[in-house]
Amino acid sequence: MVKNCNIICILCPNCCDMRVSFEGKEILELEDARCPRGLEYAREELFNPTRTLTSTVPIKSHYWKTVSVRTNKPIPKDRIFDVYEQLSSMRLAAPVKRGDVLIENVLGLGASIIATRSVLE
Amino acid sequence: MIEKDIDIAVIGAGPAGMAAAISAREKGVKDIILLERNPFLGGILIQCIHDGFGLHLFDQNLTGPEYAEELIQHLIKAKVPFLTEAMVIDINAQKEIRVVSRQGLLKLKAKAIVLAMGCRERTRGALEIPGTRPAGIFTAGVAQSLVNLQNLKIGKEVVILGSGDVGLIMARRLKIEGLKVLRVIEKLPYCSGLVRNRVQCLRDYDIPLHLSSTVIDIHGKDRLEALTAAQLNEKGEILYDTAEVIPCDTLLLSVGLIPENELSRKAEVRLDWRTLGAEVDDYVETNTPGIFSCGNVLHIHDVADYASQEGFLAGERAACRVRENQGKVLRFPVNASKEIKYVVPQLIREDCRETELKFRVTEPFENIRIIVKNGGETLFRKKFLKIMPSEMNMVKISSDKPLDKVYVELEKTEIA
Repeated sequence: MVKNCNIICILCPNCCDMRVSFEGKEILELEDARCPRGLEYAREELFNPTRTLTSTVPIKSHYWKTVSVRTNKPIPKDRIFDVYEQLSSMRLAAPVKRGDVLIENVLGLGASIIATRSVLE
Repeated sequence: MIEKDIDIAVIGAGPAGMAAAISAREKGVKDIILLERNPFLGGILIQCIHDGFGLHLFDQNLTGPEYAEELIQHLIKAKVPFLTEAMVIDINAQKEIRVVSRQGLLKLKAKAIVLAMGCRERTRGALEIPGTRPAGIFTAGVAQSLVNLQNLKIGKEVVILGSGDVGLIMARRLKIEGLKVLRVIEKLPYCSGLVRNRVQCLRDYDIPLHLSSTVIDIHGKDRLEALTAAQLNEKGEILYDTAEVIPCDTLLLSVGLIPENELSRKAEVRLDWRTLGAEVDDYVETNTPGIFSCGNVLHIHDVADYASQEGFLAGERAACRVRENQGKVLRFPVNASKEIKYVVPQLIREDCRETELKFRVTEPFENIRIIVKNGGETLFRKKFLKIMPSEMNMVKISSDKPLDKVYVELEKTEIA
């Protein structure tokens, strides 16, 4: 079945609002893309959209109440809430250093949860 | 009270102030102090846990805290002296600074000052929304601090008024935290935030954006219980028959940022009514000699990297000013057509032959050309398919003659 949708390309300030028709994993038609990068972006967004999840985890420390964290690479967009769930029961204690791996290969997605700030005491 | 002479004082250790202190130090000035009122360096970056920082400066996609740590490491490596929990309470045009700190009251006399105090958020009071005054109404940045730094739950059902970037970022953040984000309401017919935030914060999470709408009443005694929203016509007048009561317990405001220039005024720094920041020349020097301004206290930036780049320039120029006192320099005004909201710098020095203009447009335009002229000479000419007020534009210009008649204009072109 042929499906249609709109995708806004965010690769440059032109921000083309593209009209895409696709069937299965194939793009049949792409309108209103002002450059060829739009097609690649539309393909990614339709068939393999990924995002970096950023959040915070409570920490016991002298001053800070949280430490900020993120996935070290983008994960499939539809797994954001599953990965967030993994963080919700987590508690840390100082010291934590920026880049420390807090969960390795989270949910088998090939990405790890890392600290984005150092909390040393 | 401790009294001390110093070469350069930088006020505020956010992305602009840290960059200014680093570049001044790298230009060989050792007698510097970076003053920060918070107990930590980094300013607002620390609560901006989302990614998208550092793409221009570090060629990496970093979160706010990571971007801050990059600069802090640089600062420590360059041996820049800094003082946290140090609040500047007064400065004057003679570059005397009073600071309240853990060491007591400090009185510094500086050869140059870099202003990098950032901005603050416009509040409900400034909008004059009618209704009761219950708990549950936050500016987006305060909510960001409560959630990301204080680890607090701020409510259950949220409406966001204003589509500024912080509001969009918080819409996503609260949705991920499990709150119901009912809608974002924007009085203008277009989104005030960057398109990438509209797409990745609202569209990704199916959060509706209601344009040409506003909040006209607030209900609830102790805690917010509901608000009334209504649509606006093209003149911005409220269409009362569209009024709709939305039950919710939390309202976030993301309705604009205002450069924080109380200290600048005390130093007799002239402000620009368009930017609400200082009027500066191509050295980002204000009308008070030896006082420089950079980052969000000068004009609101949409990307931290650009605030830092402005900081590097301010620090470099402040370092030059410490070494040599300049004589009288002529400064020529930069002018612009009415579609241009503002241009920074507002002035160009007589000896300047090359500089970068930063400007925003007043409203969205399509199929236009931006032209920068210096008298009869065209210095820049480029077609834009779309230009949005949310994006700061930067244009490098150069000439072998003095830049004494610079004029930025927007010209409508034929549709391609």
